[in-house]
Amino acid sequence: MSLRALPVFFWAQSLRRQTVEKILVGLKRVVDYNVRVRVKNDGSGVETDGVKMSINPFDEIALEEALRIKERGEASEVIVLSIGTADSQQQLRTGLAMGADRAILVTTDEPLDPLSRARVFQEIINRESPDLVLLGKQAIDEDNNQTGQMLAAIWGRPQATFASEVAFEGNTAKVTREVDSGLETIEIDLPAVVTADLRLNEPRYVKLPDIMKAKKKPLDEIALGELGIERPPVINESSFAPPAVRQKGIMVEDVPGLLAALKDKGLL
Amino acid sequence: MANILIVAEHDGTSLNTSTAKCVTCAAQINGATITVAVLADDASSVAAEAAAIDGVQKVLAISHPTNASPLASAQAPQVASLADGYTHVFGPSTTFGKDLMPRVAALLGVNQVSDIMKVNGSHAFERPIYAGNAIVSVDAPADAVVVATVRTASFKAASAGGNAEVAETSTDAEIPNHTRYVSLQSGQSDRPDLQTAGKVVSGGRALASSENFDIIYTLADKMGAAVGASRAAVDAGYVPNEMQVGQTGKIIAPELYIAIGISGAIQHLTGIKDAGTIVAINKDEEAPIFEVADIGLVGDLFNVVPELTEALDS
Ligand SMILES: Cc1cc2nc3c(=O)[nH]c(=O)nc-3n(C[C@H](O)[C@H](O)[C@H](O)COP(=O)(O)OP(=O)(O)OC[C@H]3O[C@@H](n4cnc5c(N)ncnc54)[C@H](O)[C@@H]3O)c2cc1C
Ligand SMILES: Nc1ncnc2c1ncn2[C@@H]1O[C@H](COP(=O)(O)O)[C@@H](O)[C@H]1O
Repeated sequence: MSLRALPVFFWAQSLRRQTVEKILVGLKRVVDYNVRVRVKNDGSGVETDGVKMSINPFDEIALEEALRIKERGEASEVIVLSIGTADSQQQLRTGLAMGADRAILVTTDEPLDPLSRARVFQEIINRESPDLVLLGKQAIDEDNNQTGQMLAAIWGRPQATFASEVAFEGNTAKVTREVDSGLETIEIDLPAVVTADLRLNEPRYVKLPDIMKAKKKPLDEIALGELGIERPPVINESSFAPPAVRQKGIMVEDVPGLLAALKDKGLL
Repeated sequence: MANILIVAEHDGTSLNTSTAKCVTCAAQINGATITVAVLADDASSVAAEAAAIDGVQKVLAISHPTNASPLASAQAPQVASLADGYTHVFGPSTTFGKDLMPRVAALLGVNQVSDIMKVNGSHAFERPIYAGNAIVSVDAPADAVVVATVRTASFKAASAGGNAEVAETSTDAEIPNHTRYVSLQSGQSDRPDLQTAGKVVSGGRALASSENFDIIYTLADKMGAAVGASRAAVDAGYVPNEMQVGQTGKIIAPELYIAIGISGAIQHLTGIKDAGTIVAINKDEEAPIFEVADIGLVGDLFNVVPELTEALDS
């Protein structure tokens, strides 16, 4: 290498160290958060027929973060992954329209437990070697809040859950986490799992031309059986019930009325 | 026979009440023997506190410098190695437990029961899904360890009065160093803690600025109440994130909850379902919060709140 090429070489090297290369994002298809879900009369489940389905809101935030990282020049590829029925193609297409480069759908007709899902992610990680896996902190259907932590455990890598800020420094990331006592900052080595909280960002809207463009982007399907994951014991869901409803109480006219009502209940 | 291990939540010096709530949940399992594990830099004082919880038979004090901060990746292998011989491993459904317990579960090769709200048997529980819009009854497999988080708003803290044995313990778990604690930024306040306070006054988007939020603080201070907020108020920057009540904030169960200028979105209501009495102050008589409020007052908060504060003076 000539001496004149050296500075460019080191500049390119330092750029390279800034880069996380590949980001893998999980997109779960869930009942839209605006839908008021109802338990079926026979208690066998929750009514999902004809109900609007969307990307889990936390996953949309995870994807938005991945796209911003890429747009800052800190990553070169964003892959979205969904595990579910063929219907999840819709959510992956939306993810592609938002800006993801390609999509993977692991198809299964039976719902999977969180640990099995984490094992699916692990299998895809083995194939794709991402430097960062961005998931939502929880899926708003089952509210499990497990998959990211489980994946980090079996992968043997760091986890930064409930993230509200992510910044890269070479091979590490500083992540601010929303915890009960405030905002915690941790430093993690890459590769790692980060799960998105609501305040990480505000996801972009998808524009029509992007939807058209997304149709040409690759969407690979892999049957769950092909991955050969070991299935753990599952927690059986035996019956579903609506929650106890709070009854509407009384209305008072003014502040003295409110004080009287509170005194009545022994609260003042 | 249920042999239950509970992972204690603490700040290094004192125990969080979430631990005593886990004890109450665990004690509802027939024939439960309850052990509390305290992982800390120096676990002695927190372990002594845990030993005084009624119903606790034994406390494991695991003192290790890496336990100075609650990093899930460092604590999970320790908890997983302690779990040997236990039928259940419980942690609170706080951000501490939500971060740690699934990592423990995965290391043990099992799924987790998230947010236990009711115990129906040693392996049978109820938990909320869809932001609390449905309650599902679950059966954990009988031949595997049960790893679970306990929804703290569903259980009262076990009282003091116990006198358990404290055992200094160490584990041979391999602790990774790929994750490092940097800092914690928390709005120090002398006000009661939002998660345990008997009374909570919350403000919403209607407050319109952080300066205006002062009227909420003033009312809360007069009542000896903690202060909470809706997500809209947090997102707008009127108050810090740790004050958010709801699905993605804190799930609380105070005796009295006063919602001021909060519309009552389902995600907010998820956080206050177990409150004793809900009071709503809102200028829109159609606001959904009135559907669940025990006492409702239609009015402009900028008139009502100062008047209420003043009335409490006399
Ligand atoms: C996945 C997800 C998770 C979420 N998690 C949470 C959560 O944990 N907690 C949460 O709170 N929200 C959460 N949200 C947001 C939630 O949907 C609502 O947007 C939010 O709760 C609204 O906050 P608000 O009631 O303060 O604001 P608004 O809905 O705007 O209500 C303001 C209310 O103030 C009243 N008002 C206005 N001026 C006055 C006045 N002068 N005097 C009296 N009343 C007045 C209005 O009539 C109105 O009812 C979540 C949303 C999503 C999608
Ligand atoms: N079926 C799925 N497909 C893709 N991602 C998923 C799936 N299930 C869970 N995830 C990811 O894991 C996160 C946490 O989910 P959960 O543990 O189910 O609350 C979600 O926000 C998603 O990012």
